[in-house]
Amino acid sequence: MIMNSLYYQKKLSRNVGDKFFTSLSVFCALIAILPLIFVVTYILIKGGAQITPELFTLEPNPPGDDLDAGGINPALIGTLVITTIASIIAIPVGVGGGIYLAEYSNGGPFSKFIRFGVNVLAGVPSIIAGVFIYALIVSTKILFGSMYSGFAGGMALSILMLPTVIKTTDEGLKLVPNELRYASLGIGASMYTTILKITLPTAFRSIATGVVLGIARAAGETAPLIFTALFSYYYIVGFEDLFYEMGSLAVLIYNFALEPYDAQNKLAWAASFILVISILTVNIFSRIFAAFTEKTKRV
Amino acid sequence: MEEKLTLFKNRKRFGIEKNIDLIFKNTTLALSSIVAIVLFGIILVVFFQSFESFSRYGLNFLVTSEWNPVKDEYGAFTAIYGTLVTSLLSLLITIPLGVGTAIFITEDFVPKFVREIVGSFVELLAAIPSVVLGLWAIFVMEPFFREFFVFLHKFFGWIPLFSAEPAGRNSLLAIIILVVMLLPIVTSIARDSLNQVPKKLRNASYGIGASRWKTIFSVILPAALSGIMAGVLLALGRAMGETMAVTMIIGNSNVFSWSLLSPGYTISSMLANQFGEADGSQVSSLFYAAFVLMILSLVVNIFAQWLVKKFSLKY
Repeated sequence: MIMNSLYYQKKLSRNVGDKFFTSLSVFCALIAILPLIFVVTYILIKGGAQITPELFTLEPNPPGDDLDAGGINPALIGTLVITTIASIIAIPVGVGGGIYLAEYSNGGPFSKFIRFGVNVLAGVPSIIAGVFIYALIVSTKILFGSMYSGFAGGMALSILMLPTVIKTTDEGLKLVPNELRYASLGIGASMYTTILKITLPTAFRSIATGVVLGIARAAGETAPLIFTALFSYYYIVGFEDLFYEMGSLAVLIYNFALEPYDAQNKLAWAASFILVISILTVNIFSRIFAAFTEKTKRV
Repeated sequence: MEEKLTLFKNRKRFGIEKNIDLIFKNTTLALSSIVAIVLFGIILVVFFQSFESFSRYGLNFLVTSEWNPVKDEYGAFTAIYGTLVTSLLSLLITIPLGVGTAIFITEDFVPKFVREIVGSFVELLAAIPSVVLGLWAIFVMEPFFREFFVFLHKFFGWIPLFSAEPAGRNSLLAIIILVVMLLPIVTSIARDSLNQVPKKLRNASYGIGASRWKTIFSVILPAALSGIMAGVLLALGRAMGETMAVTMIIGNSNVFSWSLLSPGYTISSMLANQFGEADGSQVSSLFYAAFVLMILSLVVNIFAQWLVKKFSLKY
């Protein structure tokens, strides 16, 4: 009897309770992974079935009774163009700001305030970025008299990318060991040579990973685009198209999901397929890449 | 950082080199202040655009639910109520789910690679664009839950929350899709703060004979509480500002109803829906609504940051 008390007793209330909570936690985890599996499965099935070569080359047809919905070429190119514009604005500003925070600031009130501002800006709802650009650029027609434009859309997206880029640069540079900076100083380099030639290249991998993830995130954003870039059914042919309405995959999905016609709905699934596959690929690869870097870290 | 700076300052340098250094420093300084300029710019622009509506309706805007572009009468109560109800209720469901999942990932019930897979699945969920979740919600989730809502109305119809006859898109669907979107945020932040709890605490608790879950509830969770709270607040901010998926599934109706089974509105879905076609004083009223949304999410965010600073782990 006395010996038995040392063994694990199934019916003891604490053991029953432990079992109960463990299964509860497993249950939570099961529920948590279900949405991804469901969403991805449906997109693979419903969207994958729509993938044809014409999808990538044709313009979408305006919604109507006709069965053929056309392709998503303008939206695909539009997403690439708008995301590129956003990156061209956000990456230099973000990397530069991150350099200041990590390398020059000395924990004073200014850098504290900027770090705080970065966090606040990251929490600003994405639609507010759209509203802001609408008030600043679209309604004032400040860009050569054009109202809705791909350029305005890119600017709205860059506001969302900016905090991500600053944060990853700041954190990536902070991980660079100070010994490297001392060594650089020791051989007579100035501060700016040190940053450009030593610290930035060392932190390049982690910064690049963060920036790429930020770009992937921006590519799927819709809210800032619906009244800055609006939507367009027509091919993007030249540079001047930047200053007119521009379609994007995300806005195409939004517009066509709400259409009552089956053909448009199918096009929305096809666009989701392309968007999700590319975003997930970028995410999975950067994850593998980050894990790989972790193992082979030199310092 | 300070030490590094003085070391560089102590060196004697030629004029050109010094100037290049100074230019570089000031450029980065200017670039970092763009963050502050953009942030203040957003607040000022939205505030000034909403000024006309603000001076006309004052705070009445927040408590009346008339929204009539024809009569030029605007009040955002329906949208504000919708924003608060959908975000708070979805958070209420997400917290136990997310923390439960985070515990699953940080404890060792199953081998490590299984937990890593679960962890990355949840994180990948965060990468799915909100508009795609909206599409999925319209065509897959809504038909799936239709029967369930009819059942819910039949048996719990006496509760005001379920009093409306379910017909297509409604607020409850918006809450469900918000849970899907918040889950990755709460889970990953809860997991990080659980991971930061020192192993000593756990071992000490096991040492005095506490069971695993006694340890989790009395030692680990309280120690990680501040981090989890901050994650929850960030998720709340996200929920309030979330636009696309909610707009696509909530039904977009400005008729006020207590019921979750009737179509509703949130501030962000109202903006997404009406901003493109609005003109005149409707634009100003929409800016006013946007201003309210911004203040709400700013307060939540700032409070979250304060909480992290104030109660960050001291082990």
